[in-house]
Amino acid sequence: MFTYVVRRTLAAIPLLVLISIILFVILNNAPGGPLAPYLQNPHITPADIERLKHNLGLDKPIWFRYIVWLGTILHGDFGYSTSNSEPVLQAILERLPATLELMGAAFVVSLGIGLAAGIFSAVRPYSFSDYLITTLAFFGQSMPVFWFALMLQLLFSVHGIPLPGGYEIVLPSAGISTTDTFDLGDRIEHLIMPVIVLSLLNLALYSRFMRSSLLEVTKMDYMRTAAAKGLSGRVILFKHGLKNALIPVVTIVAISFPGVLGGAIVTETIFAWPGAGRMFYNALQQSDIALMMGYLLILAVAVVFSNLLADVLYAWLDPRVAYD
Amino acid sequence: MINPPTDAVFATTTDAYDDHDETVYSKVTFWTRLRRHKLAVAGIVVLALISLCAILAPLLAPFDPNAIDNVHWQGTPLPPCFQDHILCGGHPLGTDAVGRDLLSRLLFGARISLQVGIYTVLFELIIGVFVGAFAGYYGGWVDWVMMRITDVFLSIPLLPLLLVLTAIVAASSNKAALSFWVIVLIIGALLWTTVARLVRASYLVLREREFAEAARAVGNGDLRIIFRHLLPNAMAPIVVQATLDVANVIALEAVLSYLGFGIQPPTASWGNMLSDAQANLQVAWWAAVFPGLCILFTILSINFIGDGLRDALDPNMK
Repeated sequence: MFTYVVRRTLAAIPLLVLISIILFVILNNAPGGPLAPYLQNPHITPADIERLKHNLGLDKPIWFRYIVWLGTILHGDFGYSTSNSEPVLQAILERLPATLELMGAAFVVSLGIGLAAGIFSAVRPYSFSDYLITTLAFFGQSMPVFWFALMLQLLFSVHGIPLPGGYEIVLPSAGISTTDTFDLGDRIEHLIMPVIVLSLLNLALYSRFMRSSLLEVTKMDYMRTAAAKGLSGRVILFKHGLKNALIPVVTIVAISFPGVLGGAIVTETIFAWPGAGRMFYNALQQSDIALMMGYLLILAVAVVFSNLLADVLYAWLDPRVAYD
Repeated sequence: MINPPTDAVFATTTDAYDDHDETVYSKVTFWTRLRRHKLAVAGIVVLALISLCAILAPLLAPFDPNAIDNVHWQGTPLPPCFQDHILCGGHPLGTDAVGRDLLSRLLFGARISLQVGIYTVLFELIIGVFVGAFAGYYGGWVDWVMMRITDVFLSIPLLPLLLVLTAIVAASSNKAALSFWVIVLIIGALLWTTVARLVRASYLVLREREFAEAARAVGNGDLRIIFRHLLPNAMAPIVVQATLDVANVIALEAVLSYLGFGIQPPTASWGNMLSDAQANLQVAWWAAVFPGLCILFTILSINFIGDGLRDALDPNMK
């Protein structure tokens, strides 16, 4: 097992190097190159640009610059973010807690409800509720996330949902909290809509996957054996069926991770959530290429490692997977 | 790297329509199977209607999609006629914030969405099929290089990468540089890897089959074998993936345009109409509701069709 983990980790390194090469090429072939934000500044003369080019080593051959760049990246220096006036890594780390709060809550919600719906569906295959859930899952997968967010804002922030007795459900449409002092109720109110939006896509994915995985397992011989031994339906389903059906779920969670990262950008932008995704969107609008690249690189590393983690977990959970 | 068990993920609704009898399946034709998938039939009908609207947009649109109604518009968006038939000024679904007819913009927006979907998928198919076929057929270094490239594209989250590429194009001059074709090329250049992987997987199996060997034995060249003999046998998964990708691309174009890095105004696209609508959410619900419904129903019907095609082309594909 240990050698398997080491081998898989080592195998990820060439991939990360390749990703960094491709991102570096994109960055350097961007019109204006890494200095693009300075080119539009009227206070910076062409002579300044030349001096900057020389100081930053941009007049050196591209392979040399790549190695220097890789060196600085490995030291945690992702460059200077012009849109935030601070180093890229610092800018991202400052806003990461807000993003993790949102993604974490969305993950718990989508996994909890998604798996429950999938199990519910699989236990009663081809029933009315199964059709209903699978059709809803289709809607969820086809739903444009940003429009869904707009509709929630229209319903819960602009109009409010009236309740009997003169009450009204109104949810805050922007931000992470109303005041700077910590108020749990207020924080949760701010979380509700962004979390619903961010969990929607994976809710559908998880429920469909859980359903097919459990249906697949129920056809297995060991399920028939368990039934033949006289075990109750509940024990067969949860102890023998679900345990095995959950193993591939690890994979789907890893696969859905890049989608959540993309979804976080849209969700944070619409709900003015002060996280890394919204900062990334602001960087896009201000041509802050250093931040865009740093953010992409960090996302790619996160994806590679989440895939690696999923592979290792899978091998650990399922003894049938040979890992030598 | 994990190979996504995509088939298992997407096939879940489809088996609701299987009739669990393999012998029956082998005899019925493609069309009979497709007709049995009721949601796919509904999808075909809806998509046909939307396509018809897109094709006939210049005839159906009551107004010029970019013209501002100076007669009725007074600075606030005009409501739909079913809400207020006097104030609406003859605009069936009302106007947007600057007084342009919403229905006309929706009709012309349909052209943009469908065309982006179709052209991008054609582009991705050209690259994906070529690369996948050569990699699968020849193996060796061609295959190795291709698989490494697809690994990279699978590791960088799609939407952020798309946004960075479009933002770089926009930074080069201005956002007007993001024309229709630039959007098509950028999305296509990132999406082809899924098709390439699928085609490669089919070719790895097909090249070992007897008919491939027979074709080689009678003296056919590699190119002829790859495209005349193997390609028709690899079509089923390609067709399904291409259909689902049309839906993916339409969704991507919509979100890009919504964020301001897709189709640029004044050209109407469902995505950029929504980004205009967000600022006026409090006064004009119609401008936010209708473009989104168009996107939702287009994507939904294409996904249903894709699901039906998967069943109809190969019930064992799952």
